[in-house]
Amino acid sequence: MATSEVAIRVRGVFHRFGEEGEQRFVRALVDTSLDVGEGELLCLIGPSGCGKSTLLNIMGGLMAPSSGTVEARGQLVHGPLPRDIAFVFQENSLFPWNTVIENIELGMVFQGVAKSERAARAAEALAAVGLKEFAQHYPAQLSGGMRQRAALARALSLKTPILLMDEPFGALDEQTRMILGEDLSVLLAESRKTIVFVTHSLGEAVFLADRVAVFSARPGSIKQVIVIDEPHPRRPEFVTSAKFTSLRNQLYGLLHDEIRKAVQQSGAGDTGRTGMESA
Amino acid sequence: MVDERTGGPLPTLPRKRARAGRGASRLIQAGFLVGLVVIWYLAATRWGVNRLLLPNPVAVYDNLLDILRSGEFVGDLQTTLGELAVAFAISAAGGVTLGYVISRSRYWIAVFEPLFAAIYSIPIILFLPLFVLFFGLGPASKIALGAAISFFPIVINTIAGFGHVDPLFVRVARSMGASDYHLFRHVLLPAASPVILTGLRMGFTVALLSIIGSETLASLAGLGYHIVHLAEAMEMARMYAYIVFVIAIAVTLNAVVSRLEARGKRD
Repeated sequence: MATSEVAIRVRGVFHRFGEEGEQRFVRALVDTSLDVGEGELLCLIGPSGCGKSTLLNIMGGLMAPSSGTVEARGQLVHGPLPRDIAFVFQENSLFPWNTVIENIELGMVFQGVAKSERAARAAEALAAVGLKEFAQHYPAQLSGGMRQRAALARALSLKTPILLMDEPFGALDEQTRMILGEDLSVLLAESRKTIVFVTHSLGEAVFLADRVAVFSARPGSIKQVIVIDEPHPRRPEFVTSAKFTSLRNQLYGLLHDEIRKAVQQSGAGDTGRTGMESA
Repeated sequence: MVDERTGGPLPTLPRKRARAGRGASRLIQAGFLVGLVVIWYLAATRWGVNRLLLPNPVAVYDNLLDILRSGEFVGDLQTTLGELAVAFAISAAGGVTLGYVISRSRYWIAVFEPLFAAIYSIPIILFLPLFVLFFGLGPASKIALGAAISFFPIVINTIAGFGHVDPLFVRVARSMGASDYHLFRHVLLPAASPVILTGLRMGFTVALLSIIGSETLASLAGLGYHIVHLAEAMEMARMYAYIVFVIAIAVTLNAVVSRLEARGKRD
């Protein structure tokens, strides 16, 4: 790890859904420990249902672990920490009854930002994600990619030192997510935030992360952490470099067996489980 | 076809066609109503239908003018609208409050949603004799019946509205530090209000129907009572005129309420 300060400290976290013996009983996380450095971008990658989204929610205080502890910037996490931690969710997290600008300002209302500051901060955040022209649009009037930019703007306007992103581009097409990934890399290099980013995409993980934590199949725990030693902001050329390819292949090797295991667990054609993960 | 100013396709064409289509259907609807009146007129004057059953529409029209001019309807209208206002206020306040409380727990939703839906499907008007026994022949029994009947669509829609807010929205709001008040004001209420407004509109309509209906069955005053009274006195033309008057009132009230509902959903 390049930085010395630890922003998020995860220690011995276990999590299960339901009670032992129940049909819905799932051991989601087993003895997971992890440090996220101050200013670091850490990607969590793993097969469906491995508990990576669960871990993210636990880090942000949106779920309580069955056992184990999480510290964020020195404080024990046992509920949302809106001054320290902002979230970007997978999709449709904007309130459909508010315009883009209202959505962003509402986040600051919740967080407790003074009224006089909100408009300027919202405008700044919108400009940062390139949506200045769409302030008065409703989410339904925007494309999926634009909605995710708006959700990112809302999180940025909260000016938290930590940003947790749960497959923010997961529902977008490959080209849109490539562009958003490039923009995000530039934006985040400037902001010096600590970021944990859950993704399914190997390329996205290598392109964005300082380190990638690879999860095993359920019950999930961190199998290995890989360092991506490449300065930010990452250039689009990085994607075509030999280094990128070799890192991506290394990740693929680590993940492949786990994905096979996960598929066998869920049984052929069982799609019901996939919805569990984002929960 | 290209718009010369913007270079884009002309956007007005489909809209114009839709408006023309709407105009045509309005014309057919009006024609249908006019046709009914014409058939009524022919039946009363040419086809020899008993005048006691079907008075001449011209006589009905004269009576209607007389009713409006004399203002004799004011007392009955006040009675009926007063009953409606009190009944609706009770069922709206009770239904929305109780619906919200029930919606806060999955368990209570599972208990009460099917129960209320089952009660909603039985004709509560059957209990009118009981309401009269308990509350008398005056406005109280109409208010109680109207409130009881309109309570169910309101409470059911309120439970549905507040109970089925996307949990992601709640999680998003909480992650940003939303208080209970924030959550209610900025998430639950806007998410639920379209469904609740529909419930209120439905409740209003059934309250109006059941109050006028119960006035015709057991009552001492009100528009429904007056209509039955005229029938018993064999003043058929005047009775028809009163029916037309009540229909006009009901249509107007429902139009106003639908307009309020639409406006509430837009905001």
